[in-house]
Formats: sequence, structure tokens, C-alpha cells
Amino acid sequence: MTGGAAFALVDVVKRYGPRTVLAGVSLEVHPGEIVALLGPNGAGKTTAVEILEGYRVADGGEVRVLGQDPRRGGPALKARVGLMLQGGGLDPRSTPVDAVRLYAAMHHGGRDPAELLATVGLAGAVQTRIRRLSGGERQRLALALALVGDPEVLLLDEPTAGMDPEARRSTRALIADLRASGRAILLTTHDLADVERLADRVAILDGGRIVEQGTPGEVAAGAEPRLRFRLARQLETRESEALGIALAAAAAPAIPVREAGDGAAAYRVDGTTPEPGLVAALAAWCAAAGVQIVELRAAAATLEERYLELTGDQDVEAVA
Amino acid sequence: MSRPASPVRATASLAAHELRLTARRGENILVTIVIPAGILVFFATVGAVPGIEGRPVDFLVPGSLALAVIASGLVSLGIVTAFERSYGVLKRLGGAPLPGWGLVVAKIAAVLALELLQVAVILLVAASVLDWRPAAATSIPLFGLALAGGTIVFAGLGLLLAGTLRAEATLAITNGLFFACLVVGGIVLPVDRLPAPIEAVARLLPASALSELFRAALGGSADVVLPIVVLATWGLGAAGLAARTFRWE
Repeated sequence: MTGGAAFALVDVVKRYGPRTVLAGVSLEVHPGEIVALLGPNGAGKTTAVEILEGYRVADGGEVRVLGQDPRRGGPALKARVGLMLQGGGLDPRSTPVDAVRLYAAMHHGGRDPAELLATVGLAGAVQTRIRRLSGGERQRLALALALVGDPEVLLLDEPTAGMDPEARRSTRALIADLRASGRAILLTTHDLADVERLADRVAILDGGRIVEQGTPGEVAAGAEPRLRFRLARQLETRESEALGIALAAAAAPAIPVREAGDGAAAYRVDGTTPEPGLVAALAAWCAAAGVQIVELRAAAATLEERYLELTGDQDVEAVA
Repeated sequence: MSRPASPVRATASLAAHELRLTARRGENILVTIVIPAGILVFFATVGAVPGIEGRPVDFLVPGSLALAVIASGLVSLGIVTAFERSYGVLKRLGGAPLPGWGLVVAKIAAVLALELLQVAVILLVAASVLDWRPAAATSIPLFGLALAGGTIVFAGLGLLLAGTLRAEATLAITNGLFFACLVVGGIVLPVDRLPAPIEAVARLLPASALSELFRAALGGSADVVLPIVVLATWGLGAAGLAARTFRWE
């Protein structure tokens, strides 16, 4: 384990009865760094975070938060960790100012509730019952509770879930400022925009294992290259076969695949770079067949594509 | 470096927060204050307490006090904690710099504060509306013992249910038990007026033990050994089981 890691999981194993939820997970987050933990539902993200929170005990491996065992750190360690739960863990009859005041009172020199609520964009809702807040407002309140003790490290669960675009933008800016001030941040998310715009590193968790880890660019670079195009009409089966033969003659074997859920006439060619010969063959075939090309995209590999290749997760929120 | 506040300050803040939320829950006020006081006034006014010597109000005041403790510890604390568990409030508090005992102490302190308010309201209503006066033989220490013992038993039962069952199940069961306590707990009807088999069981239940202990404290009965033994047994059992089985989410 690197000595300076704020969060460290080393070969962590967790089982629920006969089911292994984490099968040897290793992950580090250093001061001044944002690491995004991505994965489909049931991949083990929540369990990994709950082990770091000290809420669950690992069955194997080593867990360290600021150099301490989170199960034994007690209030002194918890005061140094900012915790944001999805949904907030809040009583619906409480109000934002009550909730922040309560958690501020648990810290020595906790932040001023009114100032903190203004920082997260809840100045106009300080006395509103939590049950009347929108999902995005609850997330902002949960973020305020994570920040109330001026923590050194943060665990953020879906920090921008349910927020409108403006709130997402301001929340991302706030999280980036926290990184700039040297805090270590581990966030779990389904929102790839959070990952691409915030994360220094991303770890993809699937089936209880980290299947890929690196900067967003490094992870995306592992995705298959693709050519994407959209035609004015859907091809018949024989036309599709003929196009495939024409493309294969110009490049490596290349089969056009109709993209599910993205319009009837959207196609992609996997496993090949959109080199000029391939594009020319596509254009020539379409001209001969009288099919208009509406859109042609030399698609660079994206994080989303790599994530889907690795996990098959369809719930992920694409980059907006 | 971020540091935790003193445990006393953190716990006191949580207790105050719990009380503030209790005051905002209309159903809590109904079950903990309005119903016990209303039952006292109704049954005392109609005089519908069979088989007692003396004025009904002297029987009903201790019974209403027992009902108030049951309402605070079992019903209010149980339901609120069960829903806090389902909302993730307890999990979030578990991540705060609050000692593990702080949550339990804060909840018990909030229940005790509520009970003091209940006692004040019931005694005030009894004195002002029903012309009730405390007996010369009133024992404050025994009254305190009844209050503390009843709190441990019924808060323990409330937390036992809240920590093991779904919130909706806790809601239904605590309300059912509240009604059962009202009927067979020596609150509005003397236990010895129940059919013999039910009476035998009722005497071993904490509700009847608590109402008997309040009755003794207010100078109405001399038998305190059985109620104290029953309450102590239920208290150890309920609190012990709650501590062993409580799940935070």
C-alpha cells in the first residue's frame, strides 16, 4: 500500500453468505485526487464504500482511511471523513437548516449552516421540510452534510444524481474546488459526465472485481475503434450484406451493425478505425445504391463504450 | 485537522433534534399526550371504572401515566426509530462523529423529556379538570423508579421492534400492543376484573406492573414487589434483546 493514500483497499474480500460481493478489490485515492468508482448495480460499489465508511467489515484484505482502520477510528476519524449518502439519510420532517445544524454540532468548529447551505445552492430552502425538497435539492443537502466538518477526505455517492443542469455544473465546480484544496475524493456514480469532467482516475467494478483502472483517457483508449453512420432509410437485409462486402473489400472484415435503440437507420462498424479507404467505400456504395448518408462520424473511443464493453451495464448515464 | 465535538455536546444536540422532530409529528403529540389525557378525562368523567373503591380518578391517574410511558417508549420511539432506519437516518448518524452510545442516550433522553411533559400535562389536567389531589403517602422515589423502569422496558421493546422489523410492521404492531395494554394493562380497568386466565397473564405483563407501580407511588397500593420484579425482568429482556438484534438499516 502506498503510504500517502487517503483511502486504500488492498485485496479486499467481502461475502454475504455464499455470495462473494468483493473478490479481491484493490484501490487507492490520494490527497488532491478524485477517483470515480463505476459499475453496474450489484457490482459491489456500495459494499466497497460501506467498508471504507467502517459500516461493514471486510472478510479479507486490508482497509485504511487516513492510515487507520475505519472500524476502529471512532469519532476522531469520522470527523475527518465527509460522507454523502444517496438520498441523504435524512428525516423527511426535518429541514435543511436543522439537519446541518445537528451535524455541525457534532464537529469542533463545524461550518456555519446558513453559509454552507448557500454554498450548495439551498439558500432559498433552509426552512423547507425535507419531504418537500426535490431529489436534486436533497442531494445538495447531503453534500452539505458531507462538508459540514471541513473534512480531509470525502466519500460521495452519486453526487449529481437528480440535479438539473445548472446544479450539476455548480456541484461539479464545488467538487473540483475541494480537490484543488488537497482533499481526496472517492465518488461512485452512474453519470459518465461526472467521471469525464471530474475524475483523475476511474476504476470500473464488475462482478466484485476491478476490471479496469486508469485515467478516463486511458480507460477509453481500451475501447474498440468504431465508424458510425446514419442513413436516410433503413437497409434491407440484402443491402446490408452487400454493404458489408463492399466495406470488407476496402478494409479489414467490417460488418455494419444496426444500433439498437438509436433509430432504425443508425449503423456502426466495429473493430476498425475510420480510415479513408473505408469511408470512401461506404460513400461509393451509398451513391450506387441511392441511399443518402445523413451523418458520418469517425467515432473516437469513449469511456462509455469501454464501460459498456466491460460491464454490459445499460443503466449508465451517458455524457450529456 | 477536523475534530469531533465533545460527546456530551453531540449527544445533547441530537436529543434536542429528536425532541424538535417529535413536536413536528402531529401523530406523536396525539398518541403521547392527547390520548392519555383524553382517556383520563373521559373515563373519570363518565365514572366507568368497575370494581374499585374510591373515586375513579384516583385509579385512572396512575393508569394514564403508565399509558403515557407506553406511548412514548413503545409507540412513538418504536415507530420513529423504525422509519429513521428505513430512511437511512440511522446509517447516516453512524457515519457522524458521535459515539455509539450517543445515539441511544440521546433517544432515551428525548423520551424522558417527553415523559416529563406528559406527567406534567396529566397531573395538571387531573388537578384542574377532575379535582384530583396527590395523596399524602405519595412516594417521589417510587414514582421515579416507575418512570425509569417503564422507560427502560417500553423503550427497549420499541427499539427491539424497530431494529428488527420493517417500519410498516413496527407501526402496526406497536399500535396493536398499545391498544392491548390499554385493555389488559390495569389502565382503565382493574386487572382483577379480567377473566381469571387473562388476569393471570396480565399480572405478568409490564403494562399492569407499571400501572400498579404508579398506583403504589401515588399512595394507592402497598404491593410493589411483584410489579418491580416483573418490570425488571421485562427491562433486562427487552433491552438485552434490542442490543443484540438491532439492525441499523
